[in-house]
Amino acid sequence: MYGKRLRALALTTFAALTLTLVLAFFWAPNDANQGFLQKIFYLHVPLAIVTLCGFVYGGVAAIMHLRTRDSRWDMRSYVAIHLSLVFGVGVLVTGSIWAKGSWGVWWDWSEPTLVSFLLIMLLYATYQPLRFAIEDPERQARYASVFAITAGAFVPINFVIVRLSTAYLHPRVLGDISANLPGRFQVVFYLSLISIALLWITLWRYEMTSKHASAQLRALRRLLAGDEDDALPRRSAVPTLSVSVEGGRAGGTPGVGASR
Amino acid sequence: MSAGAPQNRVVLGALLRKELRVELRSFSAVPAMSLFSVTTFVLFHFALQRNALSDDLASGVLWVTLLFAAVLGINRLFVADAEQGGFDGFLLSPADRSVLLYSKALTLLAYLLVLELVAVPAFALLLLGPALWPALPGLLVVLALGDAGIVVIGTLVGALAVRTSVRDLLGPMISLPLLVPVLLCAARAGAPVLGAGGAGALPLRWLVTLALYDLVFGLITFAVFDFLLED
Repeated sequence: MYGKRLRALALTTFAALTLTLVLAFFWAPNDANQGFLQKIFYLHVPLAIVTLCGFVYGGVAAIMHLRTRDSRWDMRSYVAIHLSLVFGVGVLVTGSIWAKGSWGVWWDWSEPTLVSFLLIMLLYATYQPLRFAIEDPERQARYASVFAITAGAFVPINFVIVRLSTAYLHPRVLGDISANLPGRFQVVFYLSLISIALLWITLWRYEMTSKHASAQLRALRRLLAGDEDDALPRRSAVPTLSVSVEGGRAGGTPGVGASR
Repeated sequence: MSAGAPQNRVVLGALLRKELRVELRSFSAVPAMSLFSVTTFVLFHFALQRNALSDDLASGVLWVTLLFAAVLGINRLFVADAEQGGFDGFLLSPADRSVLLYSKALTLLAYLLVLELVAVPAFALLLLGPALWPALPGLLVVLALGDAGIVVIGTLVGALAVRTSVRDLLGPMISLPLLVPVLLCAARAGAPVLGAGGAGALPLRWLVTLALYDLVFGLITFAVFDFLLED
């Protein structure tokens, strides 16, 4: 079940985020050039990394879905992309604020990381409309997986190409981080990366649990009301999970959702 | 392929003949694409208030126009098959499924070639400052690589969008972000060729990047296309 140890995970995430914020504001030194503004770095960069990893994970889960035809993989892919879209808006907003603060403009086209991120967001913004526009749940899941794989591959390629196109302006945080950052910055940065990743995982698990619970509820309802009655499912962008009810006759093996 | 199944080459020939016949009877894609490109050049003339373009501006205008015209073709590519049972007929036949991908890719490539036969001379006539002839060899290389990118992405997205309820909207919305790297590389590669001071050398870096992008997305399209054809 997805709900297992969710509370412990949520509490750990909360503690890690709190610790990160406290350390970022009170322990890490102010940047020599950017001063206090640089603190947004601890939020912006980990958010961006986690978002992109989430998109790529969505693609990997989609590959698994096409290989196994298990609707749970489609749900994993859907929730991952959905969450990363939400995180991605955060990345664009924090990036814009940082750009305004340090370069004086809200948006800078010569900034490859910002531009490629926007492109990726524009592409993924069509994921939910695509799902919503296909009524048949099985085909919706299949087409969405094809999209998720293509877009997941687009994420790294796009970064390389857009980066080639512009002068190197962005602070190179990845790669030469150890060369550029003094000790305290580094500690807080990695801590922040871990806690934002934990936040993503917690939210992902929460949504998976909720989706799984409502699928089970639907299955139970169908069981109580007899097999036929259930009103036709509404058109939706959300994947249809096929779950079995413990001890029920709804088909499938009991406890099919038990392994995480 | 099991024994008795038709050879891929035969199937491909039959599918291409079908595409040609459908297009010649309905004229649903190519004339619209060509006309659209010429109209867009006129629009650019008025929007930019320029009589002649050169360098990166010329390259950019040419590629944006080609891309939008190509999107029209991508939208039409699978419509007849989805609406009039072409998919069902193909799936009922014992032919290999990837042949449909090849035939559609070649069809889209043919659309693009006809489009460029109209659009490039029209561009030279209406907007391009420098002479076309010296620029032509370099431009042809860029066009070929750009077309390859549009073909692999367009075929995939066309098939993805055609059986949704809002295909005319989803097609461009999905394909344009995926085509941005193609546009970027092609426009940069074409810019020196259309230079005001005579055709410059092709920037190799952009050509190689574009070719790699074409290759990667060609492989992706090849890998996932079959999953779009399962019902």
